[in-house]
Amino acid sequence: MWSTLVRWYHQLGSPRYFYRFSTVVLPWLWVLAIVLTAVGLVWGLAFAPEDYQQGNSYRIIFIHVPAAGAALTGYVAMGVAGLVALVWRMKMAEIMIRAIAPFGAVLAAVALLTGAIWGKPTWGTYWVWDARLTSMLIMLFLYLGVVALMKAIEDDRQGARAASLLSVVGVINVVVVKYSVEWWNSLHQGSTINLTRETTMPAEMLVPLLVSMAGIYLLFAVSVLVRARAEILRRERKSRWLQEEV
Amino acid sequence: MYFESFEAFLQMGRHGAYVWSAYGLSLLLIVASLVSAVRAERGARQTVRRLRQRANNAGENAK
Repeated sequence: MWSTLVRWYHQLGSPRYFYRFSTVVLPWLWVLAIVLTAVGLVWGLAFAPEDYQQGNSYRIIFIHVPAAGAALTGYVAMGVAGLVALVWRMKMAEIMIRAIAPFGAVLAAVALLTGAIWGKPTWGTYWVWDARLTSMLIMLFLYLGVVALMKAIEDDRQGARAASLLSVVGVINVVVVKYSVEWWNSLHQGSTINLTRETTMPAEMLVPLLVSMAGIYLLFAVSVLVRARAEILRRERKSRWLQEEV
Repeated sequence: MYFESFEAFLQMGRHGAYVWSAYGLSLLLIVASLVSAVRAERGARQTVRRLRQRANNAGENAK
């Protein structure tokens, strides 16, 4: 098991292997991601029952929670890539930071926007400066900061170092987002899906939520693979293997 | 379908405007980001093809 993981890590750490791997995987991933997202969202919008307290406004959950969850997970992944890039100077890790940040920013923005719209009928306001909302806004700025740093610094390696540092430090904020509703009083409701405690949601709502969650996570994966390929193509444009591959 | 008619589905009780604007904005952002990613990849691939072409031509001329 361990040796397989190590081998996998080394193989995917090579731009050449990664490029070939993504060529094979991407078509399937595209189909699966689009189908799951569509099924999950349509199910949640049209077939799931109404909420007895919030009425139909709660249907925003089917895009809000997957986007927020994937934005958080994506940030952790970017932090791990940042650590690998800082410690081992691995090229592929630098490429991954650049590949993760844009869609992470989009999902953080989606979570914030849909949350604000959902807040109006539910809390009576679009926005409050409480811990959950504020830390999520900081996450959006961190993602945008990583994108901007990599674009602004001409030298790829130097830009990656700065972006890695920001990615790693920003992981602290992920912890704040995650536990903000428990540490502080917040308008934001506690988490609906729990791994350790019982989930407080009936199956008719939970299943479509899990399906759209899988869909959004896979769309994130698609975006990361496509952007990583673009980055490999840009960095390795002069190498023979790549010219033979395209 | 949970709703009794298509109008009821669009209206979502009193919450149609909230639900549909939330989904519309989300879809717009997600699709725009994916399209820009695909374009970037395609553009980079074309650049590599052009470089290969140039390298091949240079090789031909040297012969």
